[in-house]
Amino acid sequence: MFERGYPRVLDIDLEHGTFTVSERGDLKPLLGGVGTAAKLLLENAAWDKDPLDPVQPAIFAIGPLSGVFPLATKVAAVFRSPLTSEWGESYAGMRSAMSIRFAGYDAVVIRGKAARPTYLSIDREGVAFRDARGLWGLDTEETGRLLREFEPGRGYRSTWRIGPAGENMVHFAGLNVDTFRHFGRLGLGTVFGSKNLKAVVVHGTKTYPISDHKAYNTAYEAVYRQVVGTPVLAKYHQVGTGENVLWLNNIGSLPTMNLQAGRFDAAAEISGETFGETSLTRILACAGCPVGCIHVGLYRKRHPEGSGYISTHIAYDYELIYALGPMLGLDSTGKVYAVLEVVEALGLDVISTGVTLAWATEALKRGLVTEAETQTPLCFGEEKGYVAAAQNLASPPNDFYRNIGKGLAFAAPLYGGEDFALTLGGHEMAGYHTGYGCLVGHSVGARHSHLCNGGCFYDQKYGKSFEDEDLIEYLISEEERRNVLNSLVVCLFGRGVYKPDVIATALSSIGMPLSPEELEAAGREIFRLKWQAKTRFGYSLDKVRIPRRYFETPSGSGLLQPERFHKLLHLYRKRLSENLAISL
Amino acid sequence: MKLLRVGDLDRCIGCYSCMLACARIIFKSHSIIKTAIRVRTRGGLQSKWGVDVCRGCLDAPCTEPCTTGALLPRPGGGIIFKKSKCTKCHACLAACVLHVIYADDEGYPILCIQCGNCARFCPQEVLWVEEVKGV
Repeated sequence: MFERGYPRVLDIDLEHGTFTVSERGDLKPLLGGVGTAAKLLLENAAWDKDPLDPVQPAIFAIGPLSGVFPLATKVAAVFRSPLTSEWGESYAGMRSAMSIRFAGYDAVVIRGKAARPTYLSIDREGVAFRDARGLWGLDTEETGRLLREFEPGRGYRSTWRIGPAGENMVHFAGLNVDTFRHFGRLGLGTVFGSKNLKAVVVHGTKTYPISDHKAYNTAYEAVYRQVVGTPVLAKYHQVGTGENVLWLNNIGSLPTMNLQAGRFDAAAEISGETFGETSLTRILACAGCPVGCIHVGLYRKRHPEGSGYISTHIAYDYELIYALGPMLGLDSTGKVYAVLEVVEALGLDVISTGVTLAWATEALKRGLVTEAETQTPLCFGEEKGYVAAAQNLASPPNDFYRNIGKGLAFAAPLYGGEDFALTLGGHEMAGYHTGYGCLVGHSVGARHSHLCNGGCFYDQKYGKSFEDEDLIEYLISEEERRNVLNSLVVCLFGRGVYKPDVIATALSSIGMPLSPEELEAAGREIFRLKWQAKTRFGYSLDKVRIPRRYFETPSGSGLLQPERFHKLLHLYRKRLSENLAISL
Repeated sequence: MKLLRVGDLDRCIGCYSCMLACARIIFKSHSIIKTAIRVRTRGGLQSKWGVDVCRGCLDAPCTEPCTTGALLPRPGGGIIFKKSKCTKCHACLAACVLHVIYADDEGYPILCIQCGNCARFCPQEVLWVEEVKGV
């Protein structure tokens, strides 16, 4: 964007070891980030080919505010998800956005499959294709350490890599970013594995002149002062998102032991407050974010021989505490850390891992699967089995682990137990059983995540007392609004600060004058593009199946009724076809 | 007179706000390179942040090899820089005891002028400015 005013797209062909850079003025109306990436996916996706076919692209994009405004720290990634076979979308922060900005690109498209394990080194000069044969098979931590030694640019680079889970095509493998961050959820790490791509290192060292010094400094400082002076954001720094554990437990919305309950007896033992009090060692920030929400704890474990201790540092957040704590019945920080350490090193998505193993635990208890298949006892509350099972997930020793490694939407129909296989839209559930807003929002959101439209916050505000039309209106307009933030690309924690007029002022100060109305229109257009991609991938709201467990365990808004859910779904569909002319 | 001070580094979160402030306000650039202050991981066995920045030496050693009068010691500590007299010889880079002078893309030295803007954008009060009186 800062180079002659046009978005620059770096297109990398792994098969031929070549790359091109193009200037794409036509992408400007889509702002950047997920808007740009959606357009590039529509241009490049192979609709009739498997998600892991080498021709499928992995697309990364930053936005106009990336690297130059507070909290604009995220990179949007878009791809065909191996987990759901449809729209894949994921975000990571730390130094990823800043590195791409100052390497001089707005988007990166990676296509093809390398002939042998490869990693890419991207900088202002272009792309180097490097041999990764010695790195293949190594875990994410050791791979990260070696890449940091191999590549230049300490402090100005970002290192993305997969672990064994991505190499072995587990459908929910993530891509670990720098230290403690991830492109998680829908299997971007698996897409890397299918391309023989172990890692990408981006090194950004460019400098751009500021065009309107006064306007930019004023706009920057206004956002900065609001960010550091907002109590809402202070929460992310102090206790962190782990604060949600007690809040959700109190309102009966904390999915516990495969959602057999909405409250966890040991919530206080694994709360964000307890993690902080007993293990917090430092708090980190993404480059360019003065909040600092990354909480790093010290995990101490008994030395395997003798009476001493060994220790390591691991980051904790609400979602992973939920997925490995209440969901698996693990009732101490030490137990959660024990599984988390393995999940992190192997490059698994933590939510899908927790939810999948929770299902396996119940399926084993009910006799749908045997211990010969799980190869280890799985009992809620006992971490040792889950450590072994996570290792088996990443490097499957048998068909059972190969099957559950494709996600519960694939595996549960093979074994039975679909009623308690907690997926929505084929995606393992996030940690909110708050009510209709979350259930509908998760089901219809583009990437089937609570982050698509924040339905759980609607539940928190209104519970069961809402008009159906109002909820649907909220879910659509909130997803459109989030599309704008995800195109800039601003961290969603900053959504309270980055209101339309603030965004318009920020963009104007860097020479991109856009009115709040034009931003709203962009959000709507991106929403439409995402649905266009989803339908071309074969997705339909007809396919929405809700496991009975959601209607059997009371949510934070009480017991949910299937009839009302389906009524809401019908209404959503109607509004979409009326507003967007998308037939679903 | 102002002098930049580095305080409790245990509170540093590595957000780079100081680096961005220096680049933005003093060097009028979008950059994390064109800045006189740099936050880095320390390496070694202590996993903390370190701040590389001019500490305002008295009789600043970096000024000693400058033959054109571009770089002069500031009374009370630090330097005064006159860019128009700089020949980009880089002798100051080598003479800096703390190795915190860098060259920009055009070859000019990137120098801290003790303005305190980085401290103004430090969210954790790691950086602060001391008012030195009587200079």
